[in-house]
Amino acid sequence: MSKDIRIKKGLNINLIGEAEKSISKAVVSNVYAINLLEFHGITPKMLVKQGAEVKAGEPLFYNKDVEDMLFVSPVSGELIEVERGARRRILSLKILADKNQESIAHAPVSSSSSAEDIKALLLKSGCWPFIKQRPYDIIANPEVAPKAIFVSAYVTSPLAANLEFSLKGKDKEIQAALNALNKLTPGKVHVSIGKGENSIFSGMEGIELHKVSGPHPAGLVGTQINRIDPINKGEVAWTITPQDLVVIGELMLTGKYNPERVIALVGSSVKAPKYYTTKIGSEVSTFLYASGVNSKNFRVINGDVLTGIKTQPDGHLGFYNNTVSVIPEGDDYEFFGWNKPVFNKISSTRSLTFSWLQPKKKYDLDTNTNGEYRNFVLTGFYEEVFPLDIYPLQLLKACMVQDIDEMEQLGLYEVAPEDFALTEFICVSKQPHQQIIREGLDLLYKEIG
Amino acid sequence: MSLKNNLHQLKEKYRGKKMAPAFNALHTFLYSPNETTHSGSHIRAVDDLKRTMNTVIMALVPVLIFGIFNAGYQHYAAVDAANGIIREASLFGNFLTWDNFIMGAWTVLPLVIVSYGVGLAIEFLFAVMKGHEVEEGYLVTGMLVPLIVPVDTPLWMLAVAVAFGVVIGKEVFGGTGMNILNPALTIRAFLFFAYPTWMSGDKVWVHQAVDLAGGPDAISGETVLGFLAQGKTSEMSYSVADMFYGFIPGSVGETSTLLILLGGLFLLFTKVASWRIMVSAVAGSLIMGLIFNVAVSAGWITETSTFYGLMSFEYWKHLLVGGLAFGIVYMATDPVTGAQTNRGKWIYGFFIGLISVLIRVFNPAYPEGVFLAILLMNVFAPTIDHYVVKGNINRRLKRAKNAMVLPTDGEGKAEKLKAETV
Repeated sequence: MSKDIRIKKGLNINLIGEAEKSISKAVVSNVYAINLLEFHGITPKMLVKQGAEVKAGEPLFYNKDVEDMLFVSPVSGELIEVERGARRRILSLKILADKNQESIAHAPVSSSSSAEDIKALLLKSGCWPFIKQRPYDIIANPEVAPKAIFVSAYVTSPLAANLEFSLKGKDKEIQAALNALNKLTPGKVHVSIGKGENSIFSGMEGIELHKVSGPHPAGLVGTQINRIDPINKGEVAWTITPQDLVVIGELMLTGKYNPERVIALVGSSVKAPKYYTTKIGSEVSTFLYASGVNSKNFRVINGDVLTGIKTQPDGHLGFYNNTVSVIPEGDDYEFFGWNKPVFNKISSTRSLTFSWLQPKKKYDLDTNTNGEYRNFVLTGFYEEVFPLDIYPLQLLKACMVQDIDEMEQLGLYEVAPEDFALTEFICVSKQPHQQIIREGLDLLYKEIG
Repeated sequence: MSLKNNLHQLKEKYRGKKMAPAFNALHTFLYSPNETTHSGSHIRAVDDLKRTMNTVIMALVPVLIFGIFNAGYQHYAAVDAANGIIREASLFGNFLTWDNFIMGAWTVLPLVIVSYGVGLAIEFLFAVMKGHEVEEGYLVTGMLVPLIVPVDTPLWMLAVAVAFGVVIGKEVFGGTGMNILNPALTIRAFLFFAYPTWMSGDKVWVHQAVDLAGGPDAISGETVLGFLAQGKTSEMSYSVADMFYGFIPGSVGETSTLLILLGGLFLLFTKVASWRIMVSAVAGSLIMGLIFNVAVSAGWITETSTFYGLMSFEYWKHLLVGGLAFGIVYMATDPVTGAQTNRGKWIYGFFIGLISVLIRVFNPAYPEGVFLAILLMNVFAPTIDHYVVKGNINRRLKRAKNAMVLPTDGEGKAEKLKAETV
């Protein structure tokens, strides 16, 4: 059974540098890294010491609050660095890979396995962190069963990897993962695909299929939750990305944690944007320089340009993403940039900006803010690109003044920072929306839990 | 190239110093800054506040230029009228002339200079004192102020009013974006209430009318609304075309409905101003005007009534005279002080139109009510928004209640949830 969801509000950001549909195998990385900042809200407790030898899939640390939740090494090798920041907080772990890779094998699950078995396997194998929960947009709490699980296989983020291409041939793994997830919720597993797209998910069993159409953020799981089954106070929903389903599925079938995935290297600073097969934690340079860059002044982003995390060429592929974007840094002045007519940048108004003339044109945007930080002034613009049944400006202001009652009432439970990426993109006052929402969620979590 | 580098070095030199905001304000006028994104989205749309404010200013420039010519024209027309010559306004014949321009510029430009000079000086002062960047809000306010005051407003009065309006109307709340009342209208209201004898009456609307009053060369400067309020409808010689094109006395920028209409269309096209506010405000003023017309035609108000002149004025002509059109297009649409929700904007705009005409008709002292109506609705805008947002909150609460009835997950979790939220 499928249901159609049509999103009207939004904005497609068309950028230069879409990945060509061909896959290469990336050079094998020498050093792998785990960036702990990606696991928001987790207090890590180390299980091994610096210098220890670990196998692929062997636990490195666990979550202090949920001790069963393990985080594992993507490869076998030596833990060579534990990078710490202020107050000795662990920032990242680096592993020097061995030539011969060995991995830990767990017993695979069968169709008769119970929910408890599946949960235990996910937790000890290091795959649990792939499952995120709303409210709060954090790694799911294994003790609370979700009312439903949501997967978005409709991609609308700028330059994001094409799933039809990057998931090709992974039918078996994905079905296995969906079967497992189905046992973890008393509700449904909702999967959204693009309307008219030939998706790998259209043949899957045991899911509620939704066909979505419309501009970005129609592809964000938060938008779909809001339309399908909005989260109420006290409820929990889980979200998981299709590329992470592949890793979970393989675990279910073979009992092994295999961090290999297909990623898209995209962006206008890449000479030959295309797809690569690599592993979570690989150094970005192992595939970045294979495609080549066309300037010296660029920014590497783990993820898409709206929600990704800034990294360096010698940084490492993130845990969750299947896209690495490389765009020019915009650290230059522009003569009369505030009043001259603009043809080469995207605008949500028509104030001597002409992007409205060519909605399909592809742009080469850089990281310049195009203006300075100001108080909120204009109104009515966010609503044009924000399809959720929520007042975005009012929610942002509630978060800024830390009014917990109002944050709850206005629907902070339903959103993640990524839902505010587009309002942030068009914000005339250049306010940091995603950061404001993240801090609001953290405050709510701390106060209410 | 070298200018860019030199300025960059100067900026680095001033970084963190007290005068940095002042320097940056000038620097960013020449070059948009080299700032890159640090959190969240790595790319940003091109629009910033400077560009937005600049768009509004562009929409105001034609009105200002017309106001300059009209200031000169009205002066010479009044002088002629005092000598018994009745002028027929014609755009190229006797309106766009050098004499008019020079006379107008000589009276209007000082208003612009004082408004910007005093206002921006205070903005810079506060920016340096509080250590934030100079905000762009005053660029528009400074342009609006000379357009909504009578042409012969003494400059010292204007300076005092601007200082009051910027400090009390805006800076005490935290600057652009934080103010409750529209700063330009706060300035206008201050002028009106602080110097009522000067600001009302029939002399201030035409240059030199006050100076010459009582003498042998005395000239008149009555506005259309002034004629109507005093029931001297028959003495008024302005045609509907005069009112629409703007060849009538009044505040500097408010007379030309045509140019205001074009400016309004430009603002709507650029999406900078809210069409919801404009449409509903026009609707509100028409409805109020119609109510008064009906009251007159039903015979409830007779010619002996003080209000007869204004109440019998055809409803649609209210938009052509006084500051109503200017207020709706340029002031009611101020996003900071207006309603911020889309539904709220309908209500907000509608009441601005309604109350403007209401005050205009019933105000015994001064036949104009737009600025009071907008200020009043500025105060009520947060309340309107509160109830609009409340609708969303209630919908969410109702949804949560309904969801709890359905036990989607067994083991009495639904009941537990209910207990928690009650």
